[in-house]
Amino acid sequence: MVREPFSSGKRRNRVSSAVSGARKSLTWLASLLVLLFALLSVGILTNQTGATPGLGLDLAGGRQIILQARTTDNSQIDPSDITQAVEIIRKRVDASGVAEAEISTQGDTNILVALPGNPDQATLDLVRRSAQLQFRPVLLVGDPAPVPTTGSVVTTTPTPTPTPSPETVTGATPSPSPSASAAGDAAPAHEVANVKTGLSETTSATPSPSPAAPDPATPATPTDPSDIAWVTEALFAEYQALDCFDPANLAGVPVGDPDAGFATCDTTGSAKYILGPVELTGEDIDTATAGPETNQLGNVIPGKYQVSLSFNSAGSGKFAKTTERLYGLFQTGDTTRDRFGILLDGVVISAPNVERGAITGGQASISGTFTLDEAQLLADQVKFGALPLTLDVLSEQVITATKGQEELRNGLLAGAIGLLLVVIYTMFQYRALGAVTIGSLLVAGGFTYATITLLSWGLGYRLSLAGVAGLIVAIGITADSFIVYFERVKDELREGRSLAAAVEHGWKRARRTILASDAVSFLAALVLYLLAVGGVRGFAFTLGLVTIVDLVVVILFTHPVLALLARTKFFGEGHRFSGLDPRQLGRDTMYKGRGRVAGPETSALTLAERKAAKARSAVDTQDKE
Amino acid sequence: MANLSTWGNRLHSGEKTYPIVGQRRRWFMVSAVLMTLAVLLLVFVRLNPGIDFRGGTEYTLPGVSNPDTAIAVDVVAKALPTEEPRVAVVGGDNIRVQLGQLEQAQVDSLAADLADAYGILSTEVSSSFIGPTWGQDVSSKAVQGLVIFLILVTIVMTLYFRAWRMAVAGLVALAHDLLFTAGIYALSGFEVTPASVIGFLTILGYSLYDTVVVFDKVKENTDDILTQHRYTYAEMANLAVNQTLVRSINTSVVALLPVSAILFIGSYLLGAGTLKDISLALFVGMAVGTYSSIFVATALEVALRGNEEKIKDHTAAVLELRERGDSDVIRPDGSIHVGALNPGRHQGTTAQPRRKGRK
Repeated sequence: MVREPFSSGKRRNRVSSAVSGARKSLTWLASLLVLLFALLSVGILTNQTGATPGLGLDLAGGRQIILQARTTDNSQIDPSDITQAVEIIRKRVDASGVAEAEISTQGDTNILVALPGNPDQATLDLVRRSAQLQFRPVLLVGDPAPVPTTGSVVTTTPTPTPTPSPETVTGATPSPSPSASAAGDAAPAHEVANVKTGLSETTSATPSPSPAAPDPATPATPTDPSDIAWVTEALFAEYQALDCFDPANLAGVPVGDPDAGFATCDTTGSAKYILGPVELTGEDIDTATAGPETNQLGNVIPGKYQVSLSFNSAGSGKFAKTTERLYGLFQTGDTTRDRFGILLDGVVISAPNVERGAITGGQASISGTFTLDEAQLLADQVKFGALPLTLDVLSEQVITATKGQEELRNGLLAGAIGLLLVVIYTMFQYRALGAVTIGSLLVAGGFTYATITLLSWGLGYRLSLAGVAGLIVAIGITADSFIVYFERVKDELREGRSLAAAVEHGWKRARRTILASDAVSFLAALVLYLLAVGGVRGFAFTLGLVTIVDLVVVILFTHPVLALLARTKFFGEGHRFSGLDPRQLGRDTMYKGRGRVAGPETSALTLAERKAAKARSAVDTQDKE
Repeated sequence: MANLSTWGNRLHSGEKTYPIVGQRRRWFMVSAVLMTLAVLLLVFVRLNPGIDFRGGTEYTLPGVSNPDTAIAVDVVAKALPTEEPRVAVVGGDNIRVQLGQLEQAQVDSLAADLADAYGILSTEVSSSFIGPTWGQDVSSKAVQGLVIFLILVTIVMTLYFRAWRMAVAGLVALAHDLLFTAGIYALSGFEVTPASVIGFLTILGYSLYDTVVVFDKVKENTDDILTQHRYTYAEMANLAVNQTLVRSINTSVVALLPVSAILFIGSYLLGAGTLKDISLALFVGMAVGTYSSIFVATALEVALRGNEEKIKDHTAAVLELRERGDSDVIRPDGSIHVGALNPGRHQGTTAQPRRKGRK
């Protein structure tokens, strides 16, 4: 860093507070820059990041799709739904093997999907497809499955009064059904029992076709959705071949024919299933919430969480029918087929069993060994799947790598030309002071480069063309704070201060102006960033960043350097080319001392003198008369 | 450059003063006429929405050896007879084809056909498909952002200047800039794209930034206005505008230089695109912004302040003093010299020479 510029110049012995302050500022700046660049070099040397910031799609080439989530029934979309949608699309895209896809929300309902390179049609379809929630009865469970993470129990809602809540009006009996009384058993015992049943038996079923496996010789027509006859030979082969350790099978697969059996994995990869035909879909569910598990008296069981499902009228009827059948199977001791799978995007997110009777009220809760986060995730997933959400393509852009590079090259060229013009103009206007401007712009450039590259490494920031435009525009705004400052210093010189005093005094005033105007500028960038969609964001980001960098540079570099320069002979004595020559600034004409002003056109008389002169002339005229 | 510097000195000392605030009626008239024109243009000529606001499909074929638009017209006519393509050559050797809404499958197959016809690889074709609601989405977000920004900035300016009139004047100047820029767009028929919207939004920040710098000087000059009886509020505000004139000019030149560089590069080397659209809006907006911060904002602020009781009384008192001849600001030729309020004020011990050898 320039700690002692123009050290050849004659310096005063006295080190004033201004100078030591300036040196301190420069030291701060130097350490800040060193820190940033040291971080960056660490990243580059360990090959974790490149020396250039990551480029957005419009510069690097690729396909950018902006989707808008819309409900077909005009219901409200929560931010959590959009987060779920992003999560689901991300899983799908990751599973398809596209590297470095960027999927993010924009605004309230928009999702931006940026796929680098030239993704194939299948990947694009994955992105555009909306998620589907299905309830299918479990027919067969198998390895890989050491212990299920969410062995679950479905019970009726353990409200103090077992009557269904009013909004779930069904034609069904509003009085406690027999099953509800079955739910009167102690809850914790059930859960343990369930964990035991769910899979310990089925594990043994996997190596060979299970006892319930189809008999190829007798292709029977299934009588109900839980009928083992849904498991055809082809389906069973598919099930056998299914590898649930492959992440591709865990993150969104085609949902299969709703009227046929279906083989798929658990979302954690801990089990695989054969399931019957679809019995309920997302359309049958009103909502899902997570909360602490309660016992029959409505008291919270500490440390336990459950997911409550609430079905709509059509759904509760269907669900009652399903649970009735599954409860029947449970009573026969069938520990596989008493479960139903909840599938989101063709993958089982939960497979609870029914062990407390049919659920007729349209209210159900899934309990088990959930943590609060797990319960919340499951509730969010079900709720999201229940939304009649469609993703409309708002815009889809294909940018070839060559076009992006051309735009980047031209953008940088424009920036270079702009910078050069600014440099020429400031040299012309401010002479040697122009060098301070150029130095400050260079420091600001270094700062911006390091910050953007670091952000690109740490936060995955991608520089877009609009961002480049923001950087170029910012050259002008950055240079303006120097102009405000220099003009202030000149004003102070004109008022008759020495250069050192003018720099300090001018700085105090300019700092206020710069802070106020930068605050307005930053506010604009912030509001744009938070609300905007598409390219506006990239632009707002760089604009806001550069505003901050501008403040840092003008406080920690431009002012200290000028304060030090003010003590050199060249500037301090006002060399003709220093840009701060008091004679050129007309100081001689301003302040004459003893409170008198002497402008060429103003009268050099004080008010008292003028009054005296006036009185005298009045006396003169009287004398004449 | 000595001339500009001397000019700056004369402006600063008040030796040379442009009566911008004094002739505010004239500038208000000019602005009012321009604003009316802009509104009329917006109503009757209308803005020319780009494809992002119309919805549709756009292809860009780069580096075409034979930039003949007829080829593209033929290809589209063969594949999609009902479509009426807009084909243009941009940036010398790039062909741009714009169509209405297409199915996804059609988008990709037409891209391949176009690439074949011009003898380039189909992977080199850039395409974009814009749904009909995308543009609305961008503009509704922009309007939302605008409103929130205006509310916030009004609060910030009111707090900073301790004068809501300054915030109001700044916002009017801002509206003036935006309206004028939109008017220019309607007049010239430039396409309005999301990038232009970015440009418009940046004008917000810039216009206010510029105004804040001038107002800061006005505030400084008029902080103690009521404690003296030499100059009126309007005169001191006018002095502030004159004193920041050199800065305003330098600032606009410096801000416009990079923008013109983008505009130049954008128009001559790239044809259309994000860079050109942003810089065009910025160029117009910044130029108008400089005009409004000099000629409109302060004058308006003075007009607003003029209704304040304190200021009215003060102005009357100052003028009465001058009438009586008890004021020393009248030049021999009868004009008023508005200069620094406290030249050579006592600077306390700081002005005294320091003793050597003491820290």
